[in-house]
Amino acid sequence: MAAASQRRSPLLVTMTLAFVGIWVILAAFPFVWTVWGSFKVQADFFSKANWMNAVWGIATTAETGSAFTGAGYEGAWIKREFWRAVLNTGIVVFFTVIISLTFGTLGGYALARSGYRYAFWLLMIALVFRAMPHITLVSGYLLPFFQWNLWGHLPTSIIVLVAINQPFTLWMLHSFFLNIPKDLDESAMVDGCTRFQAFRHVIIPVMWPGVITTGLFSFLLAYNDFAVTAMLLSQENQTMVPKIASFLGTTQVEGQVMYAVAAVVSATAPLFVLIMFFQRQIVSGLTAGAVKG
Amino acid sequence: MPHRTFLWFILPSLVAMILFIALPIGSVIVQSLFVEHTQVLIVSESCGPFGCTETTSIDVEATAALQAAEPLGRFNGLGTYFDRNHLASLEVSQAWSSSASIAEFFSRLMNLPFYSALAFTMTYTFVVTPLVIVLGLFIALGVNSLPQFAKGPTIFVSLLPMIITPLIGSLILFWMIDARGIIGSTLQALFNDGSLSLKASPVLTWITLIVYGVWHSAPFAFIVFYAGLQTVPEDTLEAALIDGASRWERVRYVVIPYMAPLVVFIALIQLMDNFRVFEPIVGFSAQANATSLSWIIYNDLRGDTQQFGSAAATSVLTILGVCVLLSPVLIRTWRDFNRKRA
Repeated sequence: MAAASQRRSPLLVTMTLAFVGIWVILAAFPFVWTVWGSFKVQADFFSKANWMNAVWGIATTAETGSAFTGAGYEGAWIKREFWRAVLNTGIVVFFTVIISLTFGTLGGYALARSGYRYAFWLLMIALVFRAMPHITLVSGYLLPFFQWNLWGHLPTSIIVLVAINQPFTLWMLHSFFLNIPKDLDESAMVDGCTRFQAFRHVIIPVMWPGVITTGLFSFLLAYNDFAVTAMLLSQENQTMVPKIASFLGTTQVEGQVMYAVAAVVSATAPLFVLIMFFQRQIVSGLTAGAVKG
Repeated sequence: MPHRTFLWFILPSLVAMILFIALPIGSVIVQSLFVEHTQVLIVSESCGPFGCTETTSIDVEATAALQAAEPLGRFNGLGTYFDRNHLASLEVSQAWSSSASIAEFFSRLMNLPFYSALAFTMTYTFVVTPLVIVLGLFIALGVNSLPQFAKGPTIFVSLLPMIITPLIGSLILFWMIDARGIIGSTLQALFNDGSLSLKASPVLTWITLIVYGVWHSAPFAFIVFYAGLQTVPEDTLEAALIDGASRWERVRYVVIPYMAPLVVFIALIQLMDNFRVFEPIVGFSAQANATSLSWIIYNDLRGDTQQFGSAAATSVLTILGVCVLLSPVLIRTWRDFNRKRA
């Protein structure tokens, strides 16, 4: 029966397939192309003669003797010390996610269980805060941070990213906690638990799906950030994204642009793995806000 | 939940938001009222056999001391807001009185940094948002009709443009549209024009950035709509079918009404995100032809001479813009909230 309303004419089926096919190519091809090209030399990836050179690696073969070369990766990771940026990104992202989730679960739980008017207003204010362009906030931090010698350190960026993350985290965890029945923690409190004990022993064991999904988005925000990390970190503490941006200043030198290409591919790989393992959580997270309205 | 417990639970999150979101907004407002110190000059007279000459030099020490004593700079009131780099009241009124036509007035306005950034930001926001919604809906309808085994991989691939770091995503496309990249050289061959470059003209740059914006955000709309499609009741669709509705009519009168709240949600998120468009301009090196409000703040803040006052004034104007953008949502929520309580 379910198929009854799904039956369509062959023409429509073909058109739909073609449309989805075009979209899939548009979405995936740039990545495939860049990953492939990152193993070539600049004369191939930016070929004056013919872009097909990048497919066969004509200049790469001529220059290095093989159709694939790791020169871009070697240059970026070793010569330009991209590994340091990777390490910094790891530290920043890890602590941002952990602290955001700790603050967010406590706050989100409180907002979901409080029936008072101010809880609603807090959520509204959080919505306005979420809309603030990050760079406007950064322009508020810079001068005080210079004055108090807070500028340039990893912990400063971490706490700033946590704060910028909070409005979103609160909204998302708030809607997850609304889905956990009130009776659960209230019955624990009738049995003599304090509010915190009820949270600790009853809510924490059942909240993990929501926390993992929210954590994924906190991860993406910290990982993808450019405005905060580019402005608030000193040269040696730079994370991946500002580091890649700094490669661009030097692309005029032959071959250096391939460092940037290799670095871009290296920074994309973790995201790729992330979707592979957490596709379902990402999809459910994107829709959680929508379903709640 | 009693007030006290609520406070303890929300405290860490609240403190973080107050310290790093609310206070910076205050700090931006204060900073916007000040400008950098002018350098302290010393005029010294040196007299020689052919008369005296005055030389002016910068007193580095005194300048540094002044800077250290008053890091904010000197008070400038609202002066920064009305200077040439922001609202440019003088230039606008001159352009208004001396322009023969509206078109000329606008073309003059576009030479002022703030107004050209505002124009691009608004165009980007209000072109990308509807396109994302329409494209997302069509992709969702298309994917929904795929056979089951194909859905997972399609969603996987579709998520890529959205989840990619904006700066990295724009760099990837930027390299492809380079005159020596695959898309750039194909376009040159297609139009038989060896000098065609997407980076050269303002119009093509704007189109490139908008295409990037749609590519980047369409997956978000797609996923939300796709999840929404799973909740459209099969019965209603069947009833419409029995009543003789064509496929298009079923989409128009059954599916789309179900999607309406989702459209509001996507539009809200997209307006907020597109208004702060910034990374694509850095990634595409598009600043010569397209700047956004976020980008001019960034430009003021980097480099050796950071113009905190100027950046802060633009930030305040941007924040006001965000408030205007959000006001319909806030007013609506406020009404809903009051109705619920009544």
